[in-house]
Amino acid sequence: MEQILSFISTHREMIYFIILAVFVGVEVIGHVPSVLHTPLMSGANAIHGVVVVGAIIVMLDTDASNYVSLTLGTVAVILGTLNVVGGFVVTDRMLDMFKKK
Amino acid sequence: MTQYILEIAYLIASITFIIGLKMMSNPKKARQGNLIAAAGMTIAIIGTIFLYTKEGLTSRDSIKMILIFGGIAAGTIIGWLTAKKVQMTKMPELVSMFNGMGGACAALIGLMEFHHSVGQPSTMITVLAGMIIGSVSFSGSIIAYLKLNGAMAKPIRLPKYNIINTIVMFALFAFAAYVVASGTDSSVLLYLLFAAALFYGILFVIPIGGADMPVVISLLNSFTGLAAAFGGFLYDNKVMLTGGILVGSAGTLLTIVMCKAMNRSLFSVIFGSFGSTAAAADGADVAGSIKDISTTDVAVLMNYSKRVVIVPGYGLAVAQAQHIIHELELLLEERGVEVKYAIHPVAGRMPGHMNVLLAESNVDYGKMVEMEEINAEFEQTDVVLVVGANDVVNPAAKTDPSSPIYGMPILDVEKAKHIIVNKRSMSAGYAGIENLLFYNPKTSMFFGDAKKALTDLVAELKTM
Repeated sequence: MEQILSFISTHREMIYFIILAVFVGVEVIGHVPSVLHTPLMSGANAIHGVVVVGAIIVMLDTDASNYVSLTLGTVAVILGTLNVVGGFVVTDRMLDMFKKK
Repeated sequence: MTQYILEIAYLIASITFIIGLKMMSNPKKARQGNLIAAAGMTIAIIGTIFLYTKEGLTSRDSIKMILIFGGIAAGTIIGWLTAKKVQMTKMPELVSMFNGMGGACAALIGLMEFHHSVGQPSTMITVLAGMIIGSVSFSGSIIAYLKLNGAMAKPIRLPKYNIINTIVMFALFAFAAYVVASGTDSSVLLYLLFAAALFYGILFVIPIGGADMPVVISLLNSFTGLAAAFGGFLYDNKVMLTGGILVGSAGTLLTIVMCKAMNRSLFSVIFGSFGSTAAAADGADVAGSIKDISTTDVAVLMNYSKRVVIVPGYGLAVAQAQHIIHELELLLEERGVEVKYAIHPVAGRMPGHMNVLLAESNVDYGKMVEMEEINAEFEQTDVVLVVGANDVVNPAAKTDPSSPIYGMPILDVEKAKHIIVNKRSMSAGYAGIENLLFYNPKTSMFFGDAKKALTDLVAELKTM
């Protein structure tokens, strides 16, 4: 019990942050016309590609002689970048079609 | 010093994500919003590569930098080319695939961080949670991709799949809890857990029918967001946290909105399915008969109408008929006929998918009218042309409580003077149920492949 409480206490800023971010997420797309659901889903998809930052950190932290980690890390960087670049480009392509002529 | 600059870079990136998402909910600013978020992402990535510091990290080995830049270059090229080349009808699959890649990235991070976290239960929980959620999202997205692709069209259901899935889910939790509690550093157990999570992702998506795939993709999208957020928690990295949680919560809301548009609860999408209830609806009596109509008659009818509403469905996109329908629209407008498109919230394969498909063939954004608005106009409409849509115009959604789609809001095409339905055959729609609209005395069936039938219709109209 005390462990849980101390965990909450040491991470309280993080917990505040998370709760507020959840509400921001809901608020930000609260009033979306249904025509934009697909591009929005695709755009959100690109944003969670931020996980690639984690992959880069892992790569920088890892020991340069640990080939297993380097390989896994490189694959992670490739996949994360795919998510980011592919996500933003495809969203841009979709939204390009909405522009007024 | 560099550390402070990186924090500011992350702050800027986080703000661009929020502003970008916000702008994406407005059709006029959406494109700009996407670019702003992309710019923020670039700042976050470049900042991390050059400015990330940590105790013990003194030098940046050239081998690491080469691998990082190589990885980014490879990902950029592949991602860019795939995203540029893909056909717009294939877009839901692509989104699913990209989502899976993000999930896999999170899973790999978890695999690599495992050994650094042995002996620290709270860190271990974060690592394993990110790894498991990422893996489920990855394998689930791949199955969703295959299903949308048609490679795995039929839902595969093991007997008692709900019970099996629930047991596997709890077993997965128990396994993860054991790994944390025992403080083991066994790679074998780690990879077993990884495999179990991948397996659960497959089990999770495989029984769900193709019609519900957009909901599943949206849900998996928020899963990946959550996995990214766990990564952020692990590294105390604010930009990963903001990005991950924003997508996690926005994605969950979007999932719920999509379910509402189809009048389904998230629970019934995951645990129940159309297939299991459709059997009950088979007995519905079909009264009346079907009336055929020739191309010439359709052309005459439309040519002398004042108002025409087109109801496009996924069949239109499959037949690649979105360009020819735009041509039909222009031709009719030239002759003084007012043409509008009625867009059901779930037309296509995802909410808004139909708008994208029509916009691709240069249909004016203002001509696509949403359901609530157009439903009031059907009474003053002379001809409704339904192309490749079925369930979204099925009156059973209003009249037949035993129907699996009962309660789903539909387009009230029955109020129009004439209804013309273009279909390839009399087969049922995605939900697999009979449509009484086809037997309505006002309805005429215009059989044929959408593209061919519409091309003939345009040719016929031109002679008038």
